[in-house]
Amino acid sequence: MDSRPIPSGRSAAFEYISTRKDELVGWARKFSLFPYPFVTACCAMEFMAVSATPYDTDRFGAALPRFSPRQSDLLMVVGTITHKQAPVLRKVYEQMCEPKWVMAFGACAVSGGFYQNYATLQGIDQIIPVDIYIPGCPPRPETVIDGIMKLQDRIARSKHVILTKDF
Amino acid sequence: MAPELLQRVRDAVAPLVERFDLSHGMPVLTVAPGRLLETVRRLKEDLRFDLFLDVTAVDWPGEEQRFEVVYHFYSTQHRVRLRVKTRVAEGEPLVDSLVPLYGSAGYTERECHDMFGIGFRGNPDLRPVLLYEGFVGHPLRKDYPKDREQPLVPTRTREGQL
Ligand code: SF4
Repeated sequence: MDSRPIPSGRSAAFEYISTRKDELVGWARKFSLFPYPFVTACCAMEFMAVSATPYDTDRFGAALPRFSPRQSDLLMVVGTITHKQAPVLRKVYEQMCEPKWVMAFGACAVSGGFYQNYATLQGIDQIIPVDIYIPGCPPRPETVIDGIMKLQDRIARSKHVILTKDF
Repeated sequence: MAPELLQRVRDAVAPLVERFDLSHGMPVLTVAPGRLLETVRRLKEDLRFDLFLDVTAVDWPGEEQRFEVVYHFYSTQHRVRLRVKTRVAEGEPLVDSLVPLYGSAGYTERECHDMFGIGFRGNPDLRPVLLYEGFVGHPLRKDYPKDREQPLVPTRTREGQL
């Protein structure tokens, strides 16, 4: 490796980059999603498939699950939510720190799926805000990956309130 | 079921049951609610039906004896199953609990109480098990509207969605 000093007056390639602050923070955030898997039903099988080696959501920086809502920023609601569970889901959501995003994974989380009865919540967006809806019963892993990428695009393009006039 | 065993069951319960049928080879005993406990005690102690499988109910709307409470038992010794049925009226849907005979009946009776509102005399704990405190009605009764929900968390408003 060449360790000679750079001759004065010239700068090395990539010594500086120019970007927008929002883009920089968005870029960092979109590749460091820590999911909290709120897994309740059969969709869990597909969640395992998409997290495991063949599909590997780690390629998108979204694979390391945190089992404490306080350390996570992506709430993945995977499976049927019953009215009895709804207070728990709501509490988990409230415990997460900003910034946070919510993914409704599968027909049940999106809309209640084919259940319409005394037991089932008709979509988690009745109680918490949802950022990305993934259809399917259960969704194909490709659909989930598509959803993660769409969410990443959205994170990259959004305003990040961490940015103040001092930074 | 072996013919000798079938005959033994028939003889043992004959004085207690109203009907004795066979359904796909399985004995089906229909008893009056008052004789349920004694019938099941005989099945357990004399005939070795030692495993309690489940209790559930069937709702026959419009009939005088509206609810049919259905029990299933299994004998780990003879390896056969058996069904016991009893009918109760809507005004007083009450049967004797089987907890004194089978401890495992406690939870399934709780579930049956949740879903159909059947009372089990002698069950020490009939709190909701699948449902939650504050749930009104019994969802597996035919007159429970099939899409009536009883949410615990208030639904978000339109303003909340912003
Ligand atoms: S969407 Fe389908 S696969 Fe997923 S939890 Fe509901 S029923 Fe199960």
